Amino acid sequence: MSFLAAPPTAPAIDPTKVREVSSWPHTSPLVCARFDPSGAFVFAGAQDNTIVRWTVPEGKKVVLTGHKSWVRSLAFSARDGLLFSGDYAGRLLAWPVAGDAPAPRWDITAHRGWIRALASSPDSRRLASCGNDHLVRLWHVPDGQPLRTLDGHDCHVYNVAFHPDGKWLASADLKGNVKVWDVERGECVRELDARILHKYDGVFRADIGGARGMAFDPEGKYLACCGITNVSNAFAGVGNPLVVLFDWASGKQKAQLKPRAPHQGTAWGVAIHPLGFILAAGGGNGGELWVWKPDDPLSWHTLKLAGNARDLSLHPKGRLVAIPCHDSRLRLYDLASAAR
Amino acid sequence: MHCNYACGSSDHLLSRRSFLTAAGGALGLGLLTQPSLARVLNGQQKRVLVIDLHGGVSQLETWDPKPGTNTGGPFQAIPTSVPGIHISELLPHTARQMHRMALVRSLNTAEDDHGKGAIIMNTGRRQEPGLTYPHLGSACARLLGDESNPLPGYINITPHGTGGVSVADAAFLGPRFAPVSLDDGKAPQNIDRPADLTAAAEQTRQLLRLRASERFLRRRRTAQTEAYTQTYDQAVGLMQKKHLFNTANEPEKLRDRYGRHDFGRHCLLARRLLEGGATFVKVTHTNYDTHHENFDFHLEQLGEFDLPFATLLEDLALRGLLDTTLVIVQSEFGRTPNINHLYGRDHWSRAWSVALAGCGIKGGAVVGKTNANGTAVVDREVNAGHLFHTYFKALGLDPKKNFYVEQRPIPLADPKASAITEILA
Repeated sequence: MSFLAAPPTAPAIDPTKVREVSSWPHTSPLVCARFDPSGAFVFAGAQDNTIVRWTVPEGKKVVLTGHKSWVRSLAFSARDGLLFSGDYAGRLLAWPVAGDAPAPRWDITAHRGWIRALASSPDSRRLASCGNDHLVRLWHVPDGQPLRTLDGHDCHVYNVAFHPDGKWLASADLKGNVKVWDVERGECVRELDARILHKYDGVFRADIGGARGMAFDPEGKYLACCGITNVSNAFAGVGNPLVVLFDWASGKQKAQLKPRAPHQGTAWGVAIHPLGFILAAGGGNGGELWVWKPDDPLSWHTLKLAGNARDLSLHPKGRLVAIPCHDSRLRLYDLASAAR
Repeated sequence: MHCNYACGSSDHLLSRRSFLTAAGGALGLGLLTQPSLARVLNGQQKRVLVIDLHGGVSQLETWDPKPGTNTGGPFQAIPTSVPGIHISELLPHTARQMHRMALVRSLNTAEDDHGKGAIIMNTGRRQEPGLTYPHLGSACARLLGDESNPLPGYINITPHGTGGVSVADAAFLGPRFAPVSLDDGKAPQNIDRPADLTAAAEQTRQLLRLRASERFLRRRRTAQTEAYTQTYDQAVGLMQKKHLFNTANEPEKLRDRYGRHDFGRHCLLARRLLEGGATFVKVTHTNYDTHHENFDFHLEQLGEFDLPFATLLEDLALRGLLDTTLVIVQSEFGRTPNINHLYGRDHWSRAWSVALAGCGIKGGAVVGKTNANGTAVVDREVNAGHLFHTYFKALGLDPKKNFYVEQRPIPLADPKASAITEILA
């Protein structure tokens, strides 16, 4: 990965010129969003228990019904053309990505309590899920048969991400403990420290934190976890967004990335662009999209958003960013310097 | 309102015992016109347990879930031990006790401020200039308590560092009926006689103190001096009852079931105190003021509340105490149906719920209704005044009777309201 050394065929990406290019409405606040591996669709989970699919870039909308609780997590099998969705009731559903009216292929109880995140292995043969039962689970794709349970966290597991080589799975919990699992053996082989993303608020007697977003860079050299830090009032959400960037080889923190101008809120989604810059979006005291160079802890660029962001997804081709917002809109942002 | 026994008011010279037994006396105290009251109270002690879910618990995540609506949040509703009644999935153990409980789902207290909301729920009235009403605990200590009981009439079990004695709770009833707070459920400090003080020496000290007090009281008697004197008597009694404060005396299995965390210990302590003769025990569980991450925090907080509370209800029932113990689960208000951008819910008093159980309450009853997404009461709207009428009725007291302060009648409960008879046994 070389910072901003774009291959000649890539569009001219300039994150300092990022701008909103689409704003698609739904009828309920959105919770999460992901582009499918082809980039032809973007999906969002909503507070009305539905999943919304929009075509990219046209914005043709289809609503997928089948969940009985909020859908917080989405993942895909590129090989099988499947969408996986996890909800707050612990249900894991598989859907065809394409088609006019996708219906669930299967529906299983994957966790006791919330499913907080899903991740597909790079070869699309495994799906990882995590949740409030403190467990990480691996599932066979495409049939959803259970493969393995990874037991080791002692609190809610907030996120999972496969390393691009497919051998390792990272899982992060409420307290900011990141475990690295050997996928074949099912063993935790090391732990990374993101505890700066957690606090026990002694006044309100509650834990606050967790890796709200987690992502590897395409080469697997870095792992980014995002969330909230410096919490002074857990019950009012008074704290600051933070991205913790790990050097994968050493397992040490490479940087703690903050907005250049102080912001109150949570970073809900993070991605590492193939060109090396880091993107995160958050909400709280207004929505913002931040861009960092990996060696500068203060944001390189900040874009004020029209809504409070609740997730972030980077298009497979690296030009578009999808952000689901509390105001029931999914917004697309273009990272290219020229008009599309 | 300052309570000054030196004012010479004859009613203030009465002790609680004489207040209860001088039925039909010439003092004009409304309560005393109810001749059976003293007999009832002497024959069977009534008790009150309040569980205060501090900060404003969400009615949508507890007693009035609205799954599948735009305000319902991610949680489901589950069936209870009473067919047709569903509550939030966050309360599975409590759901199995629903046949012992009644729900009021149509509360409109019209006050979204923490402090003012707490006053309304604790006194049954909105704050008024010039008159402070006693909290339910102080009123019950006065009306249900027994002067010979060494336990304080109003015991407040608070999470560590969050509470303290508030003499103001007793208002015109005087400091004798103020709460005694047990910080983190710990016994009052210095409850043990110092090791180097013999029983005989202690008795001598007490006699000397009494003599001095009597001499002082002959010259000036105030509510404060009387309470001061009574406090010493109570302390001696408390020392003899100190075993009640030690939950370690309970079987391990029961302690496990209540939970070893603070709220579990506090609930078990409440049961021990009620069983040991306490009149009014309030247990506070924090914190529900979830403007941010309402669902995460309610999952945590109610996860801690559910089993100890259900265990406490069952334990009281199995020991035969529930029939004489009124149980109230309350907050200062509910939370907004609207879910804000922080996944939070804000303060909401227009349409929320409380749960009751035990003494005088019809188990398995639900009264009132909110609309489909919980934004408004659509049937049987009530306020805290109605609740207080209901509490007093359930306890066998007439809420239309009066306290008297310098000849001024102060009704026990707001005269503009009435009891919710649908949930009275």
